[in-house]
Amino acid sequence: MITINAIADIFPVLMKGVEITVTVLLASIVLGYFIAFIAGFGRLSNNVILRKFTGFYVEVFRGTSLIVQLFWFYYALPILFGIEIGSDFWAGVLAISLNYGAYMSEIVRGSIQSVAKGQSEAATALNMSRFQRMRLVIFPQAVRMMLPEFGNYLILMLKSTSLVSLIGMTDILYYGDILRSSNLSQAPTVYLLVLVFYFILALPLIWLTKKMESISKKGVASQ
Amino acid sequence: MNNNWSWDIFFDAFPKVLEGLGITLGLTIACYLFALIFGFIWTFVKRIPITPIRWVLLWIMEFIRSTPPLVQLFFLYYAWPIVPYIGVTLDPFTSAVLGLGIHYSTYIGEVYRSGIDSVDRGQWEAARALNFSTGQKWTKVILPQAIPPTIPMLGNYLIIMFKEVPLASTVGVSGILFMADEFGSQHWKYLEPITIVAILFLVLSYPSAILISKLEKKMNRRFNKKATSKQIQENKGAVS
Repeated sequence: MITINAIADIFPVLMKGVEITVTVLLASIVLGYFIAFIAGFGRLSNNVILRKFTGFYVEVFRGTSLIVQLFWFYYALPILFGIEIGSDFWAGVLAISLNYGAYMSEIVRGSIQSVAKGQSEAATALNMSRFQRMRLVIFPQAVRMMLPEFGNYLILMLKSTSLVSLIGMTDILYYGDILRSSNLSQAPTVYLLVLVFYFILALPLIWLTKKMESISKKGVASQ
Repeated sequence: MNNNWSWDIFFDAFPKVLEGLGITLGLTIACYLFALIFGFIWTFVKRIPITPIRWVLLWIMEFIRSTPPLVQLFFLYYAWPIVPYIGVTLDPFTSAVLGLGIHYSTYIGEVYRSGIDSVDRGQWEAARALNFSTGQKWTKVILPQAIPPTIPMLGNYLIIMFKEVPLASTVGVSGILFMADEFGSQHWKYLEPITIVAILFLVLSYPSAILISKLEKKMNRRFNKKATSKQIQENKGAVS
């Protein structure tokens, strides 16, 4: 069933999609973390409007599913606000990064809040400004707590990039679907290979997650 | 395509999209129950004493966990019928239950494991000291203590599952997203139906999320375990 010849035929076609998958993933990771920090700090802000606004954003994006958001960005946003996002690429990246940014902002918020209160009091006693307190005392301790969670989200984001094939982006799954529709008897080999492609892409992320976990545990007394 | 929001179309589309709600909710429950049951298998896989078998099964689990559920769904729907000997044709609903159910069972298995790990060592020793058989040990001592603290986490997975179920529209399960897509292609209006879908998800999942977090607080108070909230933090990583 799965012959070397079939794999040799399918492999180069799927390889064409790797570039898009990786590009979407990297763009989503960068933008997603960026949004996570902005929204996480926004929810801790003293400004009521900012706090409510980011709270609203987080609940909306966590409350609806990614695939719906993706379609909404693809179909509705251009019509509703006349915003031409420019390409499918940005619809995909925006949906993924806004969705995971919302989830990860909760980690940012939770980690900052769980830094012991004494740390912030000590910093105040040392006459640090609010900004210094966050930059020098609270944040370095909070980041360590965020790391293991952030690692998990890398893999989740990789998995979610497969959705962009549904809005016509030529990622790995897109080429897999084309191969399947041209020759249905190849379908098992095609999809197994697609899964293997994603797994190989996930391996460094799994390793990175473990690494981040061990960094965050290093030098901390177990609680 | 018309460039404006139209309430007429909104009200035309609303009943049509709502028709899919039953299927979406039904599929959510079916996938969830499947994942709950199948999750036990992964929990016990981790305890298999024969190293090579455990090793292979754990890699399979890692493979399922870290590859996209969408591809797994396509595999089951398009490829499984062609697989020789064991392949059977699956209708869209069944393939969605199997695909999403198996994918999330790997996460649910971790939840069970964290529950079992949180049972105090002394309880295992006590069960042994009382000369309980393996079956009695699990059903009378370990599981009754391991499962309740995981209930809020399991509740979170129900909401996650609800939000993952629209993936099934890609293989033709006529849930709300599928209905919205159909309305869109018939009338060439996507804006209103897709917005309705988003609103429905928000309206249904937000109150459930609040309910779960209330339950979580209540459980934490009841079991008064720091470990539980820590594990919940660890397991939140599995949302999608």
